Parts: sequence; structure tokens; C-alpha cells
Amino acid sequence: MTAILVRGAGFADDSRGDILVRDGVVAEIGSSLSDSGAQLIDADGLLALPGLVDLHTHLREPGFEQSETVLTGSRAAAIGGFTTVHAMANTSPVSDTAGVVEQVQRLGDAAGYVTVRPIGAVTVGLEGKQLSEIGAMAGSRARVRVFSDDGKCVSDALLMRRALEYVMTFGGVVAQHAQEPRLTEGAQMNEGTLSGQLGLAGWPAVAEESIIARDVLLAQHVGARLHVCHVSTAGSVEVVRWAKARGIQVTAEVTPHHLLLTEDLASGYDARYKVNPPLRRSEDVEALRAGLADGTIDIIATDHAPHPSEAKDCEWDAAAFGMVGLESALSVVQASVVDTGHLDWNDVARVFSRVPAEIGLVPGYEFGIAVGSPADFTLYDPATSRVFGVEHLRGKGVNSPYLSATLPGRVVATLHNGYATVLDGELVDAESVAQSARRTSGAQHG
Amino acid sequence: MRHLLSTRDLGHDEAVAILDVAEDMADVADREVRKLPTLRGKTVVNLFFEDSTRTRISFEAAAKRLSADVINFSAKGSSVSKGESLKDTAQTLAAIGADAVVIRHGASGAPAVLADSGWIDAAIVNAGDGTHEHPTQALLDAFTIRRRIHGSAARAKALDGVSVTIVGDILHSRVARSNVWLLSSLGAAVTLVAPATLLPIGVTEWPASVGYSLDAALAKRPDVVMMLRIQSERMHDAFFPNAHEYSREWGLGDERLRTLAADSIVMHPGPMNRGLEISSGAADSPRSTVLEQVANGVSVRMAVLYLVLSGMKEGQS
Repeated sequence: MTAILVRGAGFADDSRGDILVRDGVVAEIGSSLSDSGAQLIDADGLLALPGLVDLHTHLREPGFEQSETVLTGSRAAAIGGFTTVHAMANTSPVSDTAGVVEQVQRLGDAAGYVTVRPIGAVTVGLEGKQLSEIGAMAGSRARVRVFSDDGKCVSDALLMRRALEYVMTFGGVVAQHAQEPRLTEGAQMNEGTLSGQLGLAGWPAVAEESIIARDVLLAQHVGARLHVCHVSTAGSVEVVRWAKARGIQVTAEVTPHHLLLTEDLASGYDARYKVNPPLRRSEDVEALRAGLADGTIDIIATDHAPHPSEAKDCEWDAAAFGMVGLESALSVVQASVVDTGHLDWNDVARVFSRVPAEIGLVPGYEFGIAVGSPADFTLYDPATSRVFGVEHLRGKGVNSPYLSATLPGRVVATLHNGYATVLDGELVDAESVAQSARRTSGAQHG
Repeated sequence: MRHLLSTRDLGHDEAVAILDVAEDMADVADREVRKLPTLRGKTVVNLFFEDSTRTRISFEAAAKRLSADVINFSAKGSSVSKGESLKDTAQTLAAIGADAVVIRHGASGAPAVLADSGWIDAAIVNAGDGTHEHPTQALLDAFTIRRRIHGSAARAKALDGVSVTIVGDILHSRVARSNVWLLSSLGAAVTLVAPATLLPIGVTEWPASVGYSLDAALAKRPDVVMMLRIQSERMHDAFFPNAHEYSREWGLGDERLRTLAADSIVMHPGPMNRGLEISSGAADSPRSTVLEQVANGVSVRMAVLYLVLSGMKEGQS
């Protein structure tokens, strides 16, 4: 495989240097490196960040290929600077058997843009009644380690207890979608003064916070690890902070959109802003930023949720929940927490690469961009800005809340396993990437 | 006025102007020929995704008195019930050449979506959307109050100093919301009374005072008591224990009726649950404006259709 020499990149710690990539790994980091056969990437003015790891992506395949496929979602991920994504289990059939998770993994490997790590359902059919074959999924070729009924809450307390215990048996983690179902029947947006005025059924913060409180206590009781998906309220941050102070093994994620957007956007009934959990108040956004900065919230995850246009081109109540987020994630993170001084780029590398990989037990991200580590990194231009538009999206979904907004930064190149998936700000074509992926896996297994 | 989507968008002067046009329209009802040629050649579509015979025939009468062509589109039993989207329905109406669409929809904000979508260029009149607003109901209520208080001298007047107590399911009521915004911007002092379960979170930030006790509210001798309909589905979802207790605590029965000031008025948007939120004694008393509200509804809707289809005249206010 061709070597790649990245010239003059900036690093998260403000140092600068060249990166020589050979045989899928970072071979050398230093100044004035040379390799006559290497493909050159001029990274002057660009920031090299370790490949982003998304713990929460909806790739929709199998079953909802009109919304997204593993290939199209992988392309959206690569253009966003990601090198690993975790594919949520709410597919059709649900990813609750070894067969389905192996299929998702295989499709991801074949596409080659990112490492696709399937998430297994906690319960059969996401129905919250009976544990799915967690052991079979963990032992399958997909080696599933993260289990989630995301989209639905494991609301039954006994079942949640059992899931926490049983998943522990296989070294995995349950990622809970914290939403008390009875408190959110028909809910449409954050419950508060605005929901009352708009006449949209309220989604109270307590519906999220009460489940998180229950789950951290369950995790403590059984000694298990718990991951909380898309924390969205100030109260949730408080509960997680309290749990961590007590030594409970809990990790939490926040989405880029909950770090930037507020419930006011619902005022015009534009369904692009309809998302689960809902956009909250500005006080919540501030608490989420502070919680991410002080380590209460461990990671950022996109909850990339593509939908066909007709699912959003309608009245609010009828619209689907969700936003696409892979392509815009790093820009939104820069706007919401870097440019505001909450995080520096080292922190971003931690919360959007190293720690999500740790939680998902994905190897290769322990040391970031380091000699001997897999060459998974992205080159980002934080100094630019752009009016975000559909032309910047690469997945099938156009349900982005940022269309027409000005966002900072742009991904210029992404390397995955030592080959380029994005060059000069554009995706490398699917056939070349798939070929590179085949050569890499051949080298690894051959 | 391009559309009428909510009373929250209406300023004081604009609201008074609409009520004044409605006075002109009411005069038409007293003539021998109750018809104006004003909207001849215009097509008004009544697009009803929810059944509401009362509101629909009121709009129909209003449009016909202005000589508009009226098409009634009931979503029940139509392509809509077979899954056709709001977008397709709107584009169909645009292709037919609708000049105004009067829309009743179960989803809050559906009229706003229609107005902002670009699917259809027609004037949009909100005839009740989900639990959001019912602006023509509030306008006809304000019109009714103004007429009761000022009689034939009502023109150009607002509702300064009038006290209005609205009782019942505030949480789910589009009538309550539209009335709170409109009556308060017209200068009335609005009080909301309901059990805490039927008051929305954040209601204390509305331009109204809020209380739980109907007796305490009535002791302040309000000029207007507006009773809201209790939907039967609320009784099965833990908002209150049963109809009997609701009626005892928040119903306007004969005893409470007797405590009202002699010139106070009792309103109800209809249809009424007699014996639940209002007794027959209250509904049929001389204080009751229930039938005036129905009659005034036609005048107010004539005014609204006229204004959205001809544009509000500059400087009218």
C-alpha cells in the first residue's frame, strides 16, 4: 500500500510536524520527514485530530435503506472526520441476533470508509420484554460490546437490572435511552412555557432524569457499567455528577445539537428541529457544556438520524424525530464548545475519539496520533467557515437543522487504517476505498 | 392581513379593526338580503381534518354571505384518511385554485406549516389547530363581550377593565390560549381557573392570573365567566377523579350562577356538556351568550375572510 506523508500538520497540543503513514499505521512523526514514494498531503494550517469515534449512529440498514445504508452513512461519517461509528440496533429486522449484527459489520467492512461496530439490542425486537441473545452477539464475528434499545427506553426496572448484570458477563455495556415512557406519551417538545404556548405536548426533563437516577442506582447495586445516551437536561448532568462522585461506573454522552440548539427553534413548527430527546432551554445547553468541560459528561456522540424528506415535510406531530449529524458534528462542536472556551482541541480528541473508543472497547485509539498506532486521523481546518447546506451532506438524509447556518471549520482529509477516505475536502470514491479496505484486511489476515 | 394563524400575532389595533369590520358584517345580517357581493369569484375551501360541524357551517355561512364559492373538504373518508399528506392535499387545493383555506387540524401548528410551506399561495385561516389556537373563536368571544358591554356604541372600543374568568381544561384548550392572548391585548384582565392537572407548565408566565378555586374566582365578581368543554377522554387519564368531582369543584351550577353579579355574562364555546361543566340553568339563563356567540361567529368569520382576501386597508386602525 502507498505510504502517505502529511506535511506540516498542527496537533491538538499546538505542536506541529509531519506524519508518515505506512502499512496502515503511523510510522513516524517528526519534522522534515521524507519518503520518496509517499503520497503527499499538504496540511499547512490544518489541525490533525485522531479519527473521531461515534458511539451513537443510525445507519438504518437493514430495513430502512430509503433513509440510509451502511455505505451512505459511512460516507457521511468519513466526510465528518470519523473513522469508527457504532450502528444502533433499531433496524428491521432489529439487530438482536448474531446474524443481523454480522451482516451490518460485513457491510461496514466492505464499504471501508470507517470501522462499523454494530450495537446489539438489549431486548428482543426492542420490545422491552425479553433479553435478546446478548451472548450470541458478543461471541459472533461482530464481537458486539455495546447493547442498546435506543429509540426506546428499557423502562422495566427488573429487566434493566438483569440487562446490566447479563451484559457484564460478556464485558459489555448497556447504553440506555433514558425516557420514562408514561411521562412522555405523545410528547413533542421540551415541556415548559414554550410548549404550553405552542400547544405541543410537553416532554418533561424529569422523564429523562428519573430514569438516569434509577439506572445509576441499579448500576451501583449490581456493580455494572452503565452508559447514558444523549443527556439533554441540566438535571441529568446533576444526577450523573452525583453518581460519579459516589464512584458509580457511569458514562454519559451529549449530542452536538444539544450543545448548540435550543427549544425556541420549535416556535415555527419546522419539523427539522423535532428530535428525541427534544431541544431544551438555554440553561440546559449551558449546563451540558459545563458538564462536558468538567468531565461529568464523558463523550460527544452524534445520534445521526437520517429520515426521508417526507418524514419531515409535514405537520410537527406527524414528523419523525431526529436529525442528521455526522457531516456537521465537528463544526458544531467547534462552534458550541471550542470557540466558546469550554474545551480545547485536546479535550475534543478525548471526548470524541479516545473515550468513546474506550467505552465501546474499540482498540487502536488509546494513544491518539502516535507512532505504531493505526493511522486513523482527520485533518481539519478550524480557521475557515461556511454556510452549511445540503451540498455538504453525504448521507441520504437532508434533515439537518443547520441548513443555511454559518458553521466554522471543515474536514479536509480523513485517513482510516492508513488509506485516505477523504482528500481535498471530498470523499475518495467508493470503489477505491473498498479496494483499500480489502487490501488492508488481506494484509491483516494474510 | 395575509393569514390568520393565531391571536398572539394580532396587535391591539389590528384586533379592534377586525371587530369593527365584524360590526359592519353584523349589520348585513339585519338586512332583508343578507348577502354582499364582496368575494364573488373567490374560492374558499373549508379543509377539516377533524369533525366540527359547528365551526364548519359557521365559516360556510360566512363565505356564502360574502358571495364566495365554498368547497367543503372533510378529511374523513377522503384520500387523507388513506394516508395522503398535508403537503399533497395543500398542493391539490392550490391546483384547484383555492383563494383561502380554512383549516381545522388535530396537530398544533398545521396552519402555520401550511402558510410557511410554499405548497400553496392561498390565505390560511386557522379554524382550530390541536391544542394551540382557535383565533376566530376568541375574536367572536371578544366581539360578544364588547357588544354586551357597549351595545351599539361598540365600534373602536377595546375591553379595557373588563374581567374575564376562564374555567376548565386550559391545558388542552385552543380556545383558552387564543382568548388569553386576544383578551389581554385588548385590555381585559384574564383569570384562569382549573385543577393543577389541567393547567400547562409555565402558565404563570401567560398574561393572566391563575387560580385553582372557582368559588374564590367568582367571589371577585368577574364581568365574564367563560366555561370550557371537558372532553370525555380527560376523565380516563387521571386529570381528575371523575365527572362528579369535577362538576362539584369547577362546574357552573345553579348555586354558583346565583352568586354572579346581575350584569355579568356566562359564555361557552360549545358544544356544551350540560350538567358537567355548566348546568342547564346557567346555559339557558339571560346571562348566557351561547347563542349570541354562534350568531356573532358568522359576522366575525365574514370579517376575517374579507380581510384576508381583500387585504386590510392601510390606516384602518
